[in-house]
Amino acid sequence: MTATTSHTSIADYVLQAHALCCVRGERQLFADLDLQVHAGECLHVSGENGVGKTSLLRLLTGLSKPESGEISWKGQAITMDRSQYHRDLLFLGHRDALKDDLTALENIQMYAAIDDINLTQEQAFSSLWRFGLRGREHLPVSCLSAGQKRRVLMARMATRQAKLWILDEPFNALDVNAVQALQTLIAEHLERGGLVVLTSHQSIAIPKVKVLEL
Amino acid sequence: MNAFFAIIHRDLLLVMRRKSEVLTALFFFVVVTSLFPLGIGADVALLRKIAPGVLWVAALLSTLLGLQRMFAADYFDGALEQLVLSPQPLVLLVAGKIVAHWLVCGLPLVLIAPIIGIQFDLDASSLYVLMGTLLLGTPVLSLLGSIGAALTLGVRGGSILMSLLILPLYIPVLIFGAGAVYANSVGLDSTGHFSLLSALLILALAFVPWVSTAALKIAIE
Amino acid sequence: MSKQNNSSFSDNRLIHWFKLSSPSTFYPVAGKLIPIFWTLTVIFGVAGLWISFFVAPVDAVQGQGYRIIFIHVPASWMSMFIYLVMAAWAGLGLVFNTRLSAMMAQALAPVGAWMAFLSLWTGAFWGKPMWGAWWVWDARLTSELILLFLYLGFIALQASIENPRRADKAGAILALVGVVNIPIIYFSVKWWNTLHQGASVSLTKSPAMAQTMLWGMLLMALCFWMYSIAVGLMRVRTIILERESHTDWVRQLSEVKR
Repeated sequence: MTATTSHTSIADYVLQAHALCCVRGERQLFADLDLQVHAGECLHVSGENGVGKTSLLRLLTGLSKPESGEISWKGQAITMDRSQYHRDLLFLGHRDALKDDLTALENIQMYAAIDDINLTQEQAFSSLWRFGLRGREHLPVSCLSAGQKRRVLMARMATRQAKLWILDEPFNALDVNAVQALQTLIAEHLERGGLVVLTSHQSIAIPKVKVLEL
Repeated sequence: MNAFFAIIHRDLLLVMRRKSEVLTALFFFVVVTSLFPLGIGADVALLRKIAPGVLWVAALLSTLLGLQRMFAADYFDGALEQLVLSPQPLVLLVAGKIVAHWLVCGLPLVLIAPIIGIQFDLDASSLYVLMGTLLLGTPVLSLLGSIGAALTLGVRGGSILMSLLILPLYIPVLIFGAGAVYANSVGLDSTGHFSLLSALLILALAFVPWVSTAALKIAIE
Repeated sequence: MSKQNNSSFSDNRLIHWFKLSSPSTFYPVAGKLIPIFWTLTVIFGVAGLWISFFVAPVDAVQGQGYRIIFIHVPASWMSMFIYLVMAAWAGLGLVFNTRLSAMMAQALAPVGAWMAFLSLWTGAFWGKPMWGAWWVWDARLTSELILLFLYLGFIALQASIENPRRADKAGAILALVGVVNIPIIYFSVKWWNTLHQGASVSLTKSPAMAQTMLWGMLLMALCFWMYSIAVGLMRVRTIILERESHTDWVRQLSEVKR
């Protein structure tokens, strides 16, 4: 059951935040923050540890509520139609969110069911193979290395068909090849008119990156 | 509805891969019920009298043990956030997790209770009543327990705290469940108890998934 | 919980109300109200105790010892009432996202728990000379015990969660679930009591109350009510200071500067 959208052009996909204020515990992390991300753009949120990068990303996903301010997607506040926003959104946090006792294939299929995506077995396999997991699809994820787990996540990103990717430290603990693969994946997504918001300690070799310093 | 069954399938699959967790709760039930004759004495008449209460309290405690599993694992590996961000209604996913929990922790109790009941010399009709009350009551235990599990997610000392929060709420189920078996064993009619248990089940089904969902969102913030 | 002048319900009053929902404006107002409520507590307390000790007649069956019901019954009433009020404040805090409402709930919980404990303790003191047992599993005492557990659960939950906002909201859900469950629990305990008709003793099966006894209990109930408000306001002021300690207005206060 996939939602039918009216003919939305690429230009309509915009993520906007206005006058965001974030309080964690009793500390105010940032106030009066504005941002805009358009189709095909990648926003790199940078700053020192503890300055509020993860908090900002969680605010953008709707997991946390801001102290004040509002966030809108395609011109509509995200609190209005959460289901639709979630459909367009893919979030990857610090932790892998993969079930260690399930195989890579089962994880992909499980997420497809939860994300309401029609995924055939062939599509799942080809996605896993694309990221170098041929022969490891039926291994429990606990047997995979950290880099290979991230590749399973990349396979999920590729099959998810979400417009907006919010990624928290996606390049952490990745080897050079995996970093390359992820950068290619993100670049392809941007070319298709997708949006990316990410945090990273390293510099990223992706064309047309906007930087937001917190 | 797709998400509902997908979650149940996922949780059951996870349990299959780690059967020891489930069996531990079941063994706990057996061990606890055995402690009472050891502590009180093997007087058959006395055992028959305390059997409904003992079995029901043991069922409560076993369910509490199993409640840790409901949300904690998903919370700590980040899968819970993904569930909250699913396009499908979170209530369905939470309801699915509760059903999976009941299938793993509640239903086995219903099936093994008659065997323990025989150890306490309950007669056949009381055994049927026991199974019936557990069948109606254990889903309520899973439902109410999900509220406690959601509220104490990630909190230090959460499991003991959860027990303190939920046990007072379990008391009506205990009273009606054990009361039905006791009434039957002394020859009284137990249909009143059954209708009250059913009422509790319907109330819990109607309201608790939403409450647990709200509690989960608060824990995730 | 503070009272405004009961003038006609105008827009002004609505604005006053919302201004009062900020901790910084509520703090001084509460400070001024506390002595008033302490005074009322003493007045009602003296009146109530005077009636209970000197005016109410000696009971034919129970002698002088029964007078402890003048503490026991009002304490039970207050423990129930405070739970409702606490749940209402917590619910308001959850719906309107106001910190002060949640702080009020947090302030009232120990007061209510203390009332429940007092009710149980005085119930035991009443039961021992009357029925020969320190504890009697009758419906009301058992329900009171369960109410005490509900209070302790609420307090424990709020104490265990480090993030204050999450503690507020989680506590609110627990309190609201508790409020819905209290009638169910009470009904089931009464059912249980009649089913297992063990001792047919009941602390409520006292003979018809003399008029003066009712008056005595009402006055003591009012005394406890004023006491609860006074202590509640004192506690909420402390909680405000704790939780708002990082704000400017708290640092400017004379009691903090000292």
